[in-house]
Formats: sequence, C-alpha cells, structure tokens
Amino acid sequence: MRPFLYQRATDPDMAVQALSAAAAANNPLTHASAQPLAGGTTLIDLMKLDVMRPTAIVDINPLARGWSAIEPGRDNLRLGALARMSDVAAHDEIQRNYPVIANSLKLAASAQLRNMATLGGNVMQRTRCSYFRDVSYENCNKRNPGSGCAAMDGVNRMHAVLGVSDQCIATYPGDFAQALIALDATVEITGRSGSRSLPFAELHKAPGNSPDIETTLQPGELISAFTVSGRWPRSVYLKARDRQSYEFALSSAAIALDVQDGTIRDARVALGGVATIPWRAREAEALLKGQKFDDGLAQRAADAAFADARGRRHNSFKIALGKCVVARALQQAVTMEI
Amino acid sequence: MTAAAPEAKANMGRPVPRYDAVSKVTGRATYASDMPLANPAYAFLVTSAISKGRVDNFDFDDARAVRGVIDIVTHQNAPKLKESKLFSNGGYAGTTIQPLKSPDIAHDGQIIAVVIAESYEAAREAANRVKVGYTVAAPSATFDSPGTTTAAAKGQNSQFKEDPKVGDFAGAFEAAEIQLTVSYDTPTQHHNPMELFSTSCAWIGDDLVIYEPSQYVHGLKNGVAEQLGIDADKVRVVNPYVGGGFGSRGSMTPRTAIIAAIAKRLNRPIKLVPTRDQGFTITTYRAETRHEIKLGASRDGKLVALRHEGAEVSSRPDAYCVGGTKTTTRLYACPNVDSLVSIVRADRNTPGFMRSPPEVPYLFALESAMDELAVKLDMDPVELRRINDTTTEPIGGKPYTSRSLMACFDEAAKAFGWAQRSPQPKSMAEGDWLIGYGCAATCYPTQMGPAAARVRLQRDSRTRVEIAGHEIGTGAYTVIAQTAAERLGVPLEKVAVFIGDSDLPPAPVAGGSNSTASTCSAVMMVCDQIRQRLFKAVMPSDSLTEKAKETVGISKAPSTQAAKSDRPLDLEKAFDALGVGVVEEYGEWKPEGAPLDSFRAMHSGHVRLVGGHQMKDKIAYAFGAEFVEVRVNRFTHEIRCPRLVGAFAAGRIMNPRTARSQLMGGLIWGMSSALLEATEIDERNARYVNDNFADYLVPVNADVAGVEVILLSEQDDHINPAGAKGLGELANVGTNAAICNALYHATGQRIRKLPVRLENIEV
Ligand SMILES: Cc1cc2nc3c(=O)[nH]c(=O)nc-3n(C[C@H](O)[C@H](O)[C@H](O)COP(=O)(O)OP(=O)(O)OC[C@H]3O[C@@H](n4cnc5c(N)ncnc54)[C@H](O)[C@@H]3O)c2cc1C
Ligand code: SF4
Repeated sequence: MRPFLYQRATDPDMAVQALSAAAAANNPLTHASAQPLAGGTTLIDLMKLDVMRPTAIVDINPLARGWSAIEPGRDNLRLGALARMSDVAAHDEIQRNYPVIANSLKLAASAQLRNMATLGGNVMQRTRCSYFRDVSYENCNKRNPGSGCAAMDGVNRMHAVLGVSDQCIATYPGDFAQALIALDATVEITGRSGSRSLPFAELHKAPGNSPDIETTLQPGELISAFTVSGRWPRSVYLKARDRQSYEFALSSAAIALDVQDGTIRDARVALGGVATIPWRAREAEALLKGQKFDDGLAQRAADAAFADARGRRHNSFKIALGKCVVARALQQAVTMEI
Repeated sequence: MTAAAPEAKANMGRPVPRYDAVSKVTGRATYASDMPLANPAYAFLVTSAISKGRVDNFDFDDARAVRGVIDIVTHQNAPKLKESKLFSNGGYAGTTIQPLKSPDIAHDGQIIAVVIAESYEAAREAANRVKVGYTVAAPSATFDSPGTTTAAAKGQNSQFKEDPKVGDFAGAFEAAEIQLTVSYDTPTQHHNPMELFSTSCAWIGDDLVIYEPSQYVHGLKNGVAEQLGIDADKVRVVNPYVGGGFGSRGSMTPRTAIIAAIAKRLNRPIKLVPTRDQGFTITTYRAETRHEIKLGASRDGKLVALRHEGAEVSSRPDAYCVGGTKTTTRLYACPNVDSLVSIVRADRNTPGFMRSPPEVPYLFALESAMDELAVKLDMDPVELRRINDTTTEPIGGKPYTSRSLMACFDEAAKAFGWAQRSPQPKSMAEGDWLIGYGCAATCYPTQMGPAAARVRLQRDSRTRVEIAGHEIGTGAYTVIAQTAAERLGVPLEKVAVFIGDSDLPPAPVAGGSNSTASTCSAVMMVCDQIRQRLFKAVMPSDSLTEKAKETVGISKAPSTQAAKSDRPLDLEKAFDALGVGVVEEYGEWKPEGAPLDSFRAMHSGHVRLVGGHQMKDKIAYAFGAEFVEVRVNRFTHEIRCPRLVGAFAAGRIMNPRTARSQLMGGLIWGMSSALLEATEIDERNARYVNDNFADYLVPVNADVAGVEVILLSEQDDHINPAGAKGLGELANVGTNAAICNALYHATGQRIRKLPVRLENIEV
C-alpha cells in the first residue's frame, strides 16, 4: 500500500470539500486522488493490491448519524448510504415489502463483510476481473486506459455478456444494485453545489470506449441515500453461483411484479452477474406487461432479456444460464405468497 | 461422547481433547511469523510478471525513494548460494529452479528481487514501485500447449521405479466380454493453507535460527545449511505450530536460504511474509493430470484386464510426478494389468506433494471407471467392488496386512441409506433439485519412517517427550502425549510434549500420513526403555517373569497387545530402588524393512519411508468407502453436495476425536476438489489467474451441510508397534469420483473432467 493522508469528515460539507480539493486534476472518479472511505471492503482491498492509489482518504463514517437511516414510509422507502448491508437485510419491513432488496443484500458477500459494508460503497464496488485486480498485467483499459484488455481472450468465465464493448467486458459484480434498478430507485447525491438526485439507472455507465469511467458521479460527490417509491412485496432476488454462500453471482435476477387477477400489470426485471453495469431488461418487461403468466411467457421474456448478449470463450454459458435464472425467478415471483 | 468425540471401539484410544486446543482457541499458540525478533528488517518479494524469458533491467528509482528501504537484492547482487538437489534425487529442495542466480525466468511469479526495509509496509510499497523490463519468450502453459515435451516417467524420476504390469493385458482386454475405455482430467490445484509462506531468519554469531512453517524441520535445517555452505548443526528450525501444510511445506523452497543469506549480510534478523498470490508460485502445487483407463471384465463383473495410463505436468528442469498407478494397479483383483506414467514438461514452477498426491487424481480415474463399468454391467457398484475385492495385490501377489474395504462399504452404505437408491439415472428428485447418490472406494498406503525420541520421566510422574514431529493441525501433540501417558502409565495431564524444533530428536517429514505411526512407535519404544530400567531396578533382570517382560514391552507379543495387558508400575517404588529422581532415555526407532542407512539419513534430513507396496512380503494400505448425495438444480444446474458419509478402517485409531477431524476435513476437501478447486491458467502466458481466496474456491460453511465419519475397528499387527495406519490423507481420496458418480445418477450425464461446474451439466 502507498502512503495516504487520512481525514475524518465530521459533516457532509467537510467531506465534500476534502474530496473536491483533490478533484482539480480532472481525473475520472476512479482515478481521483482523494476517495471516500465507507466500510472499506472494496477500497482497502484495491489499495493493498496497488490497483487504486489515492493519496488522500476521506473517512465518511462519522456521517453515519445522518446518513444511515432505514426509513420505510407508507408508500416509499429511503435508505441512507451509510446503512450497513446487514442491518438493511435484517429489517422486518424491508423483508416484507421489498424482499428483492433484503435478499439481494442477504445473498451477498459474507456475514462479516455485510456487517462492515455500506449501501453506498456497495453500489460503487468495482469489478472482480482478475486482470483488473492484478497490476502485473499491463493491459487493462479500466485500470490503465488505452492498454488493451487481457480478459477479452483470457480467463473470462466470470465476465459479462451484456453491455460489453471492445474495450472491456468486466462484470459489475454487486447484487443490491439490481434490486435498486429494478425498482426504479432514485439516488441522492451531495456535492459542492448542494444536492441533486438521479434515477439510479443513470448512475452507472457502460464501458464503451472509456471503461475507466464507471459512474456519472463526479469527484467531490457523495451518495447520501437511495429512495424507492411504492411497495414491492411480490419481488424476488435469485442468484446462481458456484458456492452456496460467499460468492458472486454467475447470473442473478431481480424481479418485481404487480399481478392483479392473474394479469401482470407491472413487471421489473434486472440482471446481475452477466452485465457490465446494473442491468435493466426492459425488453423482457415489455413482453410481460399486460399478459397472463405461463411458463412460455417466462421463457420468451428470458430470451428477450438476452437477445443482445455476446459470449466469449469461457462465459458463453451465462446466456443460457441467465435465461434459466430469469424464467425461474419469474415463476417464483408469480407464485410467492404475499 | 459427542459427535466430535466418538466413542472408542475396540483397538482405539480415548477421544481426549486436543493437547493444544486452548492455546489455539485463545490465540496463544505461536506460529512462525508470531515469533518475536530483535530489531528485525522486513523483506518483500518482487516476483516476475512473465513466465519465460529474462529480466533486462530494473528501475529502482521510485522504490529506493520510499522511506525506510534498506536494500534491494537481485541476481546482480544476491549472495551466492549452493544448489540443492530435488528431494527425490537425494536433496532437500522442492524445485531446482533457483531464483536470483541469473536474469533468466523459468516460471510465472518467480522471485526476481527482494526488497528489505525497516517495516513491512515500506518493503511492500517499495516492491510495488519497482519497474522491471523483460524480454518475453513464448511459454508452454500446460497439456496441448505448443512446445511441451513428453516422456515416460520411468528413467527420469528416481522415485518412480516401475510401471506396474502383470499378465497379458492386451490379449485379455481384446478377449474380454465387456470392455470400457475412458479418459479423465484433473485440474491444477494449490494447497492454500491459511498460514502464509513466511520465513524469519535470525543469526546469533554463526548460528542461524529459522522460524518457518515447515512439515520437515530436519530436512529444512539440512537443506538450508547445504545451500549456505555451513555445518547443519549451526542451523535450527523452530515452528511449534504450523497453520496447515497439506504437503506444501514438506520440501525446502528457495526463499529460506535467500532470506537467511541476506540476514547474514545485513547482520540483522529478517522477516518475510509473502502474499497469498505469491504463495501460488514460490512453492509447489498439485499439477494437472490426464488419464486413460481400460477395463475388461467378464459378464459377471470379474475384472480380467486393467490398464491405467497417466500423464502429469511438471516444470522444465524437474521430473516431479506422483505416479498413482502404484496404487490403482493393485487395488482390485485382476490378472492382467498394464500401466504407463509420463511427464509433460512446461514452463511452470515445479509441482510437489499435495494431500494424497498420487491417490487423489489416479483414484478419481479408476473409481469413476469402476462406476462406469458397473453401469455397463447393470450392477450395483458396491457389488462390483465386492466381486473384485482381494486379500492379495495382483502385481506382486503380496498379501495385504489387513484390508477392510468391503466392511467399510457395508457400514457406510447402511449409514447413508444406499438401499433407498433407485438405480436408474434421473429417477430421484425433490422440488427444483435432481438427486444423485454415488460411492467410491478410498485407500492410502500405510507408511512409516525412522524416528528418534527422548523421554524424561520424573518420580512425580511428570513426563517430557521430545521429538521433532510437526503439529500441522492433525493432532500430533495429542496422540504423542496419549502414547506416552498410556505407555508409562502416567496421567495425561502430566505429559508435556515438545515438537516442531530441529534441536529435538529427528522425526520424518509430516507427509505421506506417516507421522502418527512413526512418532508414536518411537515414543513407545523409548517409553519401554524407561519402563525396563525401572522394572530392572525393582527386580533383577534374571528373575523377569514372562508377564513382566510383556508389560515392559520386550516380549515377542506385538506392543499393541502388550499395552492392553499392562498393569500400572509403582513409579515411586521403582525410582527409590533406582536411587534417582529422573529417568531419561533416548532411542531411535525404524520400521521393519527400513534401509541400512536409515538412521544416518534421518540425521541428515533425508526421509526413508517404508510401507505401502514397498514392503518385503506384504502390502499395507488403509481403506475406506465414501457415499455422497449430490443435488443438481434443474434450472440453474447449480451443484450442491448436502451429504458426505465415509467409513474408514486404519488399524489402531489413536484418538477417535482427532481421527474424525482429519477424516471429516478430508471428505470436505474431496468434495471441494471435485466441485470447486482449480487453479486457472492463462494459456497465453502460462500464468495463474485466480491466485487469491476470493477466486480460488474452497467450500464455505453453507456448502457443507452433512458430514458423517464412521471409524471401523481394525487390528493390524504387521505394520508397526503402534499398530496405526496413517489416515490424514485417506478421506480426500475417491470423493471426487463418488461425486461424479452421483452426478451421473442425478443427471444421466458422465462428467470426466474436474472440477465440475454448472456449465458442464447439460440436462
Ligand atoms: C470476498 C468478497 C466477496 C464479496 N461478495 C459480494 C457479493 O456476493 N455480492 C455483492 O454485492 N458484493 C460482494 N462483495 C462486495 C462488497 O459488498 C463491497 O465491497 C461492499 O459492499 C462495499 O461497501 P463498503 O462500504 O465497504 O465500501 P468501500 O470499500 O468503503 O467503498 C467502495 C467504493 O465506493 C466509494 N464510496 C463509498 N461510499 C460512498 C458514497 N457514500 N458515495 C460515493 N462513493 C462512495 C469508495 O470511495 C470506494 O471507491 C464482496 C466483497 C468481498 C471482499
Ligand atoms: S475486462 Fe475490463 S477490467 Fe478486465 S482486463 Fe479487460 S479492460 Fe480490464
């Protein structure tokens, strides 16, 4: 690890200021010289691996008093960015009214990590691409722009089949973000010029020609909360993985449905483990809406979700797998008791 | 009694708690890198980012600018070291690729520089800032890569003496009513013990103390002395606890002599703690293997022809191989057997022992093929084993000293509920999950080696046992203490055990599951020497009755039986008769059939294990049978293994608690090696990709729902005085086959390549 300046931010302004001071260099956020520290389970890891080399760390944990509330309202939900994964996953009302959120968190990482990790840090976590995380490989466009992509023809079993570009096929690894994007969540952002909010779907950016730019967040900006409107008791998070626990998704689906009298009035489908960013499968949703559910419909929706998928040598299986996961998750959502 | 401490059956010791339980649980146990050093400097390794080629230049400007950097050692300024031969060629080393000797690079992650600094952090930061210029050559990664060379193992590896054969395989196979030809693959795997591959070296004048997790302190001591060109008695290796070994710490790695030599030059203790990913390349691993099995059988299931051909990857300079045909050609009755092992050389670090080195890959092939044959014969796979069970091995016609294979099958089948299986593939399911049952045999050679021990007994029963054994988590402290307590008739709490220090009387490498048999046999012998002195003091030797002889362990009756008929000796009376307060004895024990140079070799850190098929008129193996239930999700094809049941017979079980723990760990590892573990190699550059604990998958708690270990009573008076067969490496053998056999039952699909991942299932 390289030496860095450690600062504790005791209020949001101080945090923003400390982070903005370093923003001048005009780097994308991923390469900014000052980084916020929440649970540290991504950031410290990457610093030890020499992948991230910030010269300043701004510890935002003291902001938890204001930023860690879990607030289920009558018809909406607000989650502070510093709420811990474990606390949100264990929350009664979230389990009841937003099972997709509770389960996406419960099925992520390990108990120890969930106790440490925050929601804000979780959505900002970075890819697990082995070549990205090993600096002895020169060629990684995300870490080292313009250097090429070692994964493209390398060991890429865990890599993405959706949202990929010629520059990068790294999977967005998180689970919780699929629940947020499925539920049309909004993200609240605090920055130099006050607060703004953004549809969660606009937070992450596909790699395109600049895989080093991962979000629309600017240096000096912090996520303070997520909000979801409506209640989604008929929702599931299904995650297929190599181990029964403590393992990233090979493929996952976040599904939320509004079914009335057997007709699907609203459908939300998001995919994890298969895409470069949190992935909303709108084509699948369009097929489902207004229809009566049957297994054939589930299959067509699943096919639609992966219509644009592009596999490579070791990860093509994710296309068939992803379809199974979507179809099965839809069945579970339709038949679940609420 | 609890599940963790099963009741002792006949010929089993008591399930006493671990000697070191409290110190481990409370964190008081000191592992090598916990040892305090006076004013140490810290080393961090720089390892190569290429696997073949050379270092052209280093740029140290950035690195040297880091505050606290003391020195950076490369091939240009490294202390000169003598070479050590491979352990299998009479040396100590696990590899002959000696880093820092030249700019040449022979494998991924080779040590190319060592940064020495005032703190670990500074050393690591500086190492991160070293820039290296390389000339890259195209490497050969593995099987099928261009540029590999292949040759028979026989003739290039001195420990692989013979490809076992008997009868006329070709003719018998040709004529067989049922024929089966199948190929299998096993992957590269790394041991990944929790404790990293640390080394601390401190010189006191001309004397060197090394703190390093080692499975062979006497080997390491002698090996490092050889490389440094100093007298072995100047070197001491200390490690009272080893945080897992699994074979990775059995032979010397190049890092130790390098750190020792730098410490000498710097005149300061040095502590090295490599990272986990560096552990993948600076030590050994289990190489990938390929197999072709041919089985010929009669319609009633009798094997008439068996051929096993294996190929294994090794490094360019070293012909390491595990050659498991020595076991697979002898497991079942079969009159016509043929085999061949070959070694494929690639640009890789040299592989080495990993828990049950030969048996894990080779029994995967044989035990999978046996299941395939059972299907072809439409026969219960357990019955197929029964039909081909034997009391003599087919190659040399030697009798097994004892063999409880079918008893294990029957016990495990009963506990598992094998009778409830509907044999048809894809015929069992529950909800989203297809269910499959499978089984396989396991076996492991019974080995032992020369060992020495010193035992001191006081008038008040306090006992001190010294032997340079190794506590790699197996329970060595516990069974040694039990042995001494039982043999001397003193309370267990009075026994203090000292192991893991090369200043103590030598014991063999903690490998090949020989430790309990070797160390306990030596300790028994020395305890008997003490008893004999005491008895002689109480009664003149010419009046020794047969009974008394028996109780002092000098009669012809095997010691295991003598121990049973033992009666307590009145210690205080004996001491008073002797007129001393302490009796101390030292003794050197060697197994029957050990070579003449055994004790000389023992003191110079060379292993002389005997056992398995290499005994004179007999063959000694421990056996077991494993049954597994797998579940395959019909939608996602995720594979889970909710139940593992194993029954094992391994002679005298010294302690059912520690034995169960070993066997349970083995079953879990066996499952892991079938479904999870594989080191991924980037074939373009011959580099390991998933070299960390997040990506190198091992089971987590949720993957291990049910494990049942059944210990069978077995008495074997033909192996060693302790009557014990090694069992540390018994249970992780065959599990991989049992799982693939169960997957076939669940899905109707035969998978012959490990690990099995969900994408390999096509139902
Ligand atoms: C072994 C392992 C397994 C894992 N498995 C899973 C899994 O299965 N599923 C899963 O979803 N995750 C998994 N994770 C990832 C884990 O969930 C994330 O590391 C964690 O959620 C990150 O949260 P944190 O608070 O620790 O973030 P930090 O490490 O503190 O921060 C992460 C990043 O976000 C930035 N950041 C933090 N807070 C904010 C904020 N409020 N606003 C803006 N930027 C911010 C930081 O600067 C940093 O760049 C795993 C992690 C590990 C180590
Ligand atoms: S996939 Fe993306 S992160 Fe991985 S090596 Fe390629 S560019 Fe880097």
